[in-house]
Amino acid sequence: MEGLAANADLIVRGFWETLKLLAASGALALVLGTLVGIARVSPIGIMRSSAALWVTTFRNVPLLILLFFTYYALPPIGIDFGFFVMVTMAMGLYTSAFVAEAIRSGINGVGVGQAEAARSIGMPFSLTMSQVVLPQAFRLVVPPMASVFIALTKNTSLAAGFGIAEATFRLSGSLRDFPGDRVVLFLGIAVGYIIIVETISLGATLLERRWRVA
Amino acid sequence: MSAVLFDVPGPKARRRYRIIAVVWVGVLVAAAAAAIWKLYTEDQFTARQWEPFVTPRLMLELLKGLGWTILAAVLAIIPAVFFGLLFGVGKLSDHAVVRWPSWLVVEFFRAVPLLMLIIFIWSMRGFPRGDFVALVLGLILYNGSVLAEIVRAGVNAVPKGQAEAAYSVGLRKTQVMTIVQLPQAIKIMLPSLVSQCIVALKDTSLGFYVLAPGLTYAGRELWRTFNNYLAVAIVLGLIYIILNLLLTWLASYLDRRYNTSGGSQVQIVAGQIQTKA
Repeated sequence: MEGLAANADLIVRGFWETLKLLAASGALALVLGTLVGIARVSPIGIMRSSAALWVTTFRNVPLLILLFFTYYALPPIGIDFGFFVMVTMAMGLYTSAFVAEAIRSGINGVGVGQAEAARSIGMPFSLTMSQVVLPQAFRLVVPPMASVFIALTKNTSLAAGFGIAEATFRLSGSLRDFPGDRVVLFLGIAVGYIIIVETISLGATLLERRWRVA
Repeated sequence: MSAVLFDVPGPKARRRYRIIAVVWVGVLVAAAAAAIWKLYTEDQFTARQWEPFVTPRLMLELLKGLGWTILAAVLAIIPAVFFGLLFGVGKLSDHAVVRWPSWLVVEFFRAVPLLMLIIFIWSMRGFPRGDFVALVLGLILYNGSVLAEIVRAGVNAVPKGQAEAAYSVGLRKTQVMTIVQLPQAIKIMLPSLVSQCIVALKDTSLGFYVLAPGLTYAGRELWRTFNNYLAVAIVLGLIYIILNLLLTWLASYLDRRYNTSGGSQVQIVAGQIQTKA
């Protein structure tokens, strides 16, 4: 038990790093992913296919390889904004592909009649999307988006090997320092992650209830 | 689908689209050119950077790494399927004594980051160097739990009449599950099973953290010798993309082959399990 108590301070600070990473890369992924998701249904063929290429690439490359790319490969050629930004970049790019897929599935889920009605009163693609389809798609997107963010929460653990002292990094340090308390340490930090994950899914449930279409 | 969102373009719109397309291609080409120029000025195209990938001895090392990666994925996914069947059916049990522990195990391993699980197993084994076992065990527990959810969704997606008919001809509960519901559920969940294989294959890269043999470890050895981080990252990324595209193609083939009748389907959309009627 004392392993957990002695490390409580470090572990709490570790989770603070985890949350910072989650917020930063989540925001990046949300912005990029929404743009890519819209490009995937745009009327311009070349935009659709470049968006599809984006999704295929970042969905099929392991996050770790993207981290190699931003953390090891870019700084030596003069692109370096510090550990945190480079790691955020990799996680944001990776997650943006999943956000784009969630948005696309949401757009597909909006009734065909909605877009048809918008067009029939003369709205162009930009207005159809921004005024009619996307506001409804965001509601449908809440559950898959929650899954994406839950996955991102767990993926932030990969930063442990890349100079960021987040929760999993603290775990592996304290596992070495307190061999007798390994199970307690593991369960303690697991509870921390479970709290974050449950908060996200609770938030999603509340949003879903609030935005429910009558 | 996309055709619903916009009208069939008239002559004016077609011209506008063409202009946007040209500008867009211009932007892409400019970005690509800038990237290539940057890499060129930073000496990333020299033979020294790329030579290892055509040197037979080093190619063999990379191939060995690929072999370990595939081995880890196979060794993880097969027991994970059994784990998933066991706990997925356990979650559907009528007995609370079985249902609750199954629920707890599945939810726990699904909520905990895989890397943390692997590091924990590694520590329990005394931090051996290159711990392949910790990687595989972690992958089994995590993917098994996800598969348990897929199994549960698959069984629930089998039309109710199937189980009712089975009961009415006098089959027992276990028989209804094993000879009527599960075989149909497996057919329904086959595409998501392959999707999960893709996830497992990508996650084998985490062996890097415990120095387990595999592609990422082979890559590490390469860049330690040749200092060619960018080349290694690009080559490893391409290998993973090719493997995963092959699996994606397999998933859609199985989907076409077994789910043509328009029955219900279990799909993973953005990591979420959905049942389609």
